[in-house]
Amino acid sequence: MTLTGAEIVVRCLQEEGVEYVFGYPGGAVLFIYDELFKQDKVKHVLVRHEQGAAHAADGYSRASDKVGVCLVTSGPGVTNAVTGIATAYMDSIPMVVLTGQVPTHAIGLDAFQEVDTVGITRPCVKHNILVKNVKDLAISIKKAFYLAKTGRPGPVLVDIPKDVTAASCEFEYPESVAMRSYSPVRKGHAGQIKKAAQLLLEAKRPMIYTGGGVVLSDAAPLLAEFVRLLGFPCTSTLMGLGGYPATDPLFLGMLGMHGTYQANMAMQHCDVLLAVGARFDDRVIGNPAHFAQNPRKIIHVDIDPSSISKRVKVDVPIVGHVPDVLLELIKLVQAAPQRPDPTALKAWWAQIELWRSKDCLRYDRASKIIKPQFVIEKLYEVTGGDAFVTSDVGQHQMWAAQFYKFDKPKRWINSGGLGTMGFGLPAAMGVQLANPGATVVCVTGESSIQMCLQELSTCKQYRLPIKIVNLNNKYMGMVRQWQEFFHGNRYSESYMDALPDFVKLAEGYGHRGVLVDKPADVEPALRDAFRRKDELVFMDFVTDPTENVYPMVPGGKGISEMILAEEL
Amino acid sequence: MSDRHIISILVENEAGALSRIAGLFSARAYNIESLTVAPTEDASMSRMTIVTTGSEDVIEQITKQLNKLVEVVKVVDLSEAEHIERELMLIKVRAGAKEREDMKRMADIFRGRVIDVSDNTYTIELTGDGSKLDAFIQALDQGAILETVRTGASGIGRGNRILRV
Repeated sequence: MTLTGAEIVVRCLQEEGVEYVFGYPGGAVLFIYDELFKQDKVKHVLVRHEQGAAHAADGYSRASDKVGVCLVTSGPGVTNAVTGIATAYMDSIPMVVLTGQVPTHAIGLDAFQEVDTVGITRPCVKHNILVKNVKDLAISIKKAFYLAKTGRPGPVLVDIPKDVTAASCEFEYPESVAMRSYSPVRKGHAGQIKKAAQLLLEAKRPMIYTGGGVVLSDAAPLLAEFVRLLGFPCTSTLMGLGGYPATDPLFLGMLGMHGTYQANMAMQHCDVLLAVGARFDDRVIGNPAHFAQNPRKIIHVDIDPSSISKRVKVDVPIVGHVPDVLLELIKLVQAAPQRPDPTALKAWWAQIELWRSKDCLRYDRASKIIKPQFVIEKLYEVTGGDAFVTSDVGQHQMWAAQFYKFDKPKRWINSGGLGTMGFGLPAAMGVQLANPGATVVCVTGESSIQMCLQELSTCKQYRLPIKIVNLNNKYMGMVRQWQEFFHGNRYSESYMDALPDFVKLAEGYGHRGVLVDKPADVEPALRDAFRRKDELVFMDFVTDPTENVYPMVPGGKGISEMILAEEL
Repeated sequence: MSDRHIISILVENEAGALSRIAGLFSARAYNIESLTVAPTEDASMSRMTIVTTGSEDVIEQITKQLNKLVEVVKVVDLSEAEHIERELMLIKVRAGAKEREDMKRMADIFRGRVIDVSDNTYTIELTGDGSKLDAFIQALDQGAILETVRTGASGIGRGNRILRV
């Protein structure tokens, strides 16, 4: 069957089972939009800015088992989307980005709305392809979906010149792709897995450190089984939250720069460390030299060999798909005649409980002014701990991570790697569309929310009943906190002056807005908002502007060198 | 400890593959001393030789990051074992009536060949490892050198050490 390039694009999306495309039309993609118009299998969600399209597709991916797709035009359409693409790349989120390009004969001539899309996006995609011939279009899109979701996932971009969408060729959607240059591993090395199991069984002070890879590979049930089988303490990175149930006593909370005292201390003082789908990020282990001061054996399971021994030397590297490796480890531990030394494990847990008793997340519950932590605690209660929570970036993000106890994977949606302010609202749109009927909350701050505020309009158009929890402290809180700690209280440009009236603003977009400025009103406001199943409610909480996120590991320090609330 | 390594890469012969690899080196702040690339006997694939320096950890990351690129088929650190490297230099020197004899003799000593002649210049072709080319340049009267162009190193494993798909 002979189809035009534009028809092929839409047919490919249909073949891939794509439900939603998040996008914004423009000159170079008009033929594609024309084909989208003629069918109703693939639904298009019109965002208000291309950054929103990328974040929404990303959020859709993170909260489902599907690949998010976004479609933008050439030039500014692409450059606007770059922040969203880089966000997905840093967190290894599978995503397909279709971009329009000027016609092939105009490429390189500084044509209207021309940018070197593959050049600009090359460092922030898993792969990208410029399709110069309509005959290569179907296979390129097939490859894009295949690459995005296999191996270490990531965004893949397909750049399609306008004349390619107009040209025709014979269409047949390829069943599969084979690439000699790309063959991600699944099974881990049997010998290494055996060594790992042995080390774990002999450990006196074991620790299990898990990351986003657990969530991405759907390994949460296997992780829980393995951790419980051994009775070892477990911690998660910011990206890994929900990979292990946060309400389980074996869970020590998040680790890292704003991790719990017990998680960071256990990380520093363990003798055998199992890292699963995590990458020893600078925000996680702090100063690697300080971390290396304590001798410990490290086992590292990751799908990406380049994540292993990048920042921290590893004793037992295991390259493989996390669930496959965990399954093998479970089998070996179950079959092993020996058990971990109960005396040593008991002593280790006693030490951990001592650390835990510091109650490092404690804050002033009697405060007359709303404490941001209190809002998140109430949010957790009111939603029964079962909401999808997206966040922006800053203090509110850390409080959400610390105080909302995620028991399920894919419920905590945030920009961990790139740290993109403006992510929360558009991501929540994707999350809501992937989970119709589910409770979706965007925890944000007055600064972050203003970065992609225009998407309130998209939320109206598609009736997305997202609940926005705006922790409004009138400051770029995390910037202010660093300025307080490390820059002599000089709050250079971190005060958010001339803030809008968020209630009126929400109303202006056709939503409901609520101002909450007393602690006693927090819970009633939340209860009222979550009762409104069909409405977007923007809750503007006036919170303590001086509140800081604790514990905190200052940049360049070791993870056990935390600043705690009580020390100030 | 920063050692010199010579890395061979088989890569799909596609537009953008070279900039993907060069971009990886600049984005991650790896050194490139030289980079050569041309298609192999199988025109769908190119072979690239990169000379770089770095500690063992850095070289390990370089090979892993290269392998991660979707278009890269194979990566080998040639310097891990016995290998041969060659580089080609074309050098244009002043060769007027006075200097001609000397210049020819010098080229012969280094097993270079004069491949172009004009009234007052010779262009000499010289192949060898980098240090031999350096030595030739050193041996010449510096004022006589008009222009040099070097390809950067190409390398291949010795004996049965073969890099192919």
